[in-house]
Amino acid sequence: MGTRNPVTWLGSPAFPEAARTALADTQLRRNLRNATTTIRGRRRDAVGELPDWEQLRRAGEAIKDDVLHHLDRYLEQLEEAVTARGGVVHWARDAAEANEIVLRLCGDAREVVKVKSMATQEIGLNEALAEAGVHAVETDLAELIVQLGDDRPSHILVPAIHRNRSEIREIFRAAGLDPASDEPRVLAEAARAHLRRKFLSCEVAISGANFAVAGTGSVVVLESEGNGRMCLTLPRKLITVMGLEKVVPTWQDLEVFLQLLPRSSTAERMNPYTSVWTGVTPGDGPEEFHLVLLDNGRTATLADPVGRQALRCIRCSACLNVCPVYERTGGQSYGSVYPGPIGAILTPQLVDDPHDKQAASLPYASSLCGACFEVCPVRIDIPSVLTHLRAQAVEAKGRSAESVAMAAAAWVFASASRYEKAQKLGSLARLFARDGRISWLPGPGAAWTSSRDAPVPAREPFREWWRKNRG
Amino acid sequence: MKKVALFATCLTDTLFPATARATVRLLERLGCTVDFPLDQTCCGQVHFNTGYRAHAVDLAERFASVFAGQDAVVVPSGSCAGMVRHVQPDLGTVPPPTYELSEFLVDVLGVTDVGAYFPHRVTFHPTCHSLRMLGAGDKPLALLREVRGLELVELPQAEQCCGFGGTFAVKNADTSTAMLADKMRCVLDTGAEVLTAGDNSCLMHIGGGLSRLRTGVRPVHLAEILASTEEEPWAPETR
Repeated sequence: MGTRNPVTWLGSPAFPEAARTALADTQLRRNLRNATTTIRGRRRDAVGELPDWEQLRRAGEAIKDDVLHHLDRYLEQLEEAVTARGGVVHWARDAAEANEIVLRLCGDAREVVKVKSMATQEIGLNEALAEAGVHAVETDLAELIVQLGDDRPSHILVPAIHRNRSEIREIFRAAGLDPASDEPRVLAEAARAHLRRKFLSCEVAISGANFAVAGTGSVVVLESEGNGRMCLTLPRKLITVMGLEKVVPTWQDLEVFLQLLPRSSTAERMNPYTSVWTGVTPGDGPEEFHLVLLDNGRTATLADPVGRQALRCIRCSACLNVCPVYERTGGQSYGSVYPGPIGAILTPQLVDDPHDKQAASLPYASSLCGACFEVCPVRIDIPSVLTHLRAQAVEAKGRSAESVAMAAAAWVFASASRYEKAQKLGSLARLFARDGRISWLPGPGAAWTSSRDAPVPAREPFREWWRKNRG
Repeated sequence: MKKVALFATCLTDTLFPATARATVRLLERLGCTVDFPLDQTCCGQVHFNTGYRAHAVDLAERFASVFAGQDAVVVPSGSCAGMVRHVQPDLGTVPPPTYELSEFLVDVLGVTDVGAYFPHRVTFHPTCHSLRMLGAGDKPLALLREVRGLELVELPQAEQCCGFGGTFAVKNADTSTAMLADKMRCVLDTGAEVLTAGDNSCLMHIGGGLSRLRTGVRPVHLAEILASTEEEPWAPETR
């Protein structure tokens, strides 16, 4: 294990506690409801246009499963192809190694531009660079809002989804960008003026990768603003940090994901800016290209036959947008750069520490409604992984009040006569009833009656009636 | 004459017996012979969903032996039917053919008009496991549309979870309550006097909130509406 994985934020409380704070934030609730409701509807329409959507999902699932099954082979292929085209491949076991490699590659640069990237968020790259005196400028608009507001991301695709435009204007103003109003166009213009200077002055760019084609060594980034492409083409040196699982075998496989990803994430038929580069090309784009292949808990995740499907994820955010828990608590409650349903299964696996209470609380942050599985473009059965990880959490926790109660319940259910005695005992709850309702229960029941009346146990369980009338 | 075994579920047997009685009455009216194996208890869903897999395996094995040899097990609960049909096989047991009530009526018996009468304004919440795990779709709605006297009002954002989620409701009580609040708002917007669903667990949750706020909306399980006739109309149970 060694050092802690920065995929979770140090000091974050367990989910129920973090959620309680978030639920009280009325502005957050409104912003999230508006944003997720809109994107949900748009995704449904975009997906509904394709008659072969189910086949596409199954193809995406099959390609990713094949990649995970033969990851060693595809990664070697990728390394060979990137090297042959003038790129340099680096391998990083964990966040610390990756940060060290990137910092070394930054050389004398004191300021670098960044393409929005989850992998670099996951390893806390910006913080590591800042410690060494290198300032990383986020160039994705939403990521810039988060950075300038000294905030944390709350969504995979739209990290500032928890902010509305008047809040964004305030953040920009405090950072000296001075937008004239809170009109989206004016805000974007202020960011644009700020970023143009950075694009033209920075010598080094850092990016993530959505995909990399093993056969040709081509790396792919999808984005909507064009700021990413500025970073990928203008600076002299390009450093890409990519999770091991992002490799795909061929361009034909890429075609499947270029259909699945835009419709699932931004509800677009075709992605606006898809940048693909292969090594270095003299006189065209960066003169130096480095690809850092990041493990950081991925091979450990791969070892779990149920949990490994989380590595199919293409970071589209569709599961976040449909999740009723995410919609109400927001992303920061998950205490990680990966929030929502995918975060609830990916984060604890990357952390890989069953005694980390915050990470262990994440698989319980779901009502198991299954909306996430329904929309996932690579068919990750998130509810099944959640219950699988809950079982691991229970095992790690050992004996607790809950485990004793669960064992007692199982013992009761193991015998019909014990069960019937328990029914009789349970009917004592009738003593708590007033006017046909129970509004207060002691002990663990209080968590129920804090907001809900409890049903008054029936005078006669069904089985009694059956014995008298049909038995 | 179709022979069926009723799996009442521990929750309905203990807390909502009217639903199980209604299920028997309805199935018998439609010509079925109903058996209720008295050895039945629980399908193990709460244990499984909370992470207590070993107990869930024991209860799944118990379920398979109690209902062994049955042609059809009918369950007035989408989530318990989902547990039996979709999870128990992964736990290494072979459950008999098991149907959620509306599936059994529509798919096996091939009826949508069950001769019911229920003169109330009703809205329907499609519970998550019926909808997504079983894929029961609009079968309950097809049944409700044929009920005489019943005025069916569409529930806005019907497919959103009510926030129950078993132990989620107490482990994450605040988030569960926030989801419940939005569900109740949608229910109240319909102006319905009755909220129905195929799961007493979700109805216990939404109904518990509706009761706490004295909204005057009553939760009634789908089976009770379908069992109600002009000769013997539904009446609220006194507790």
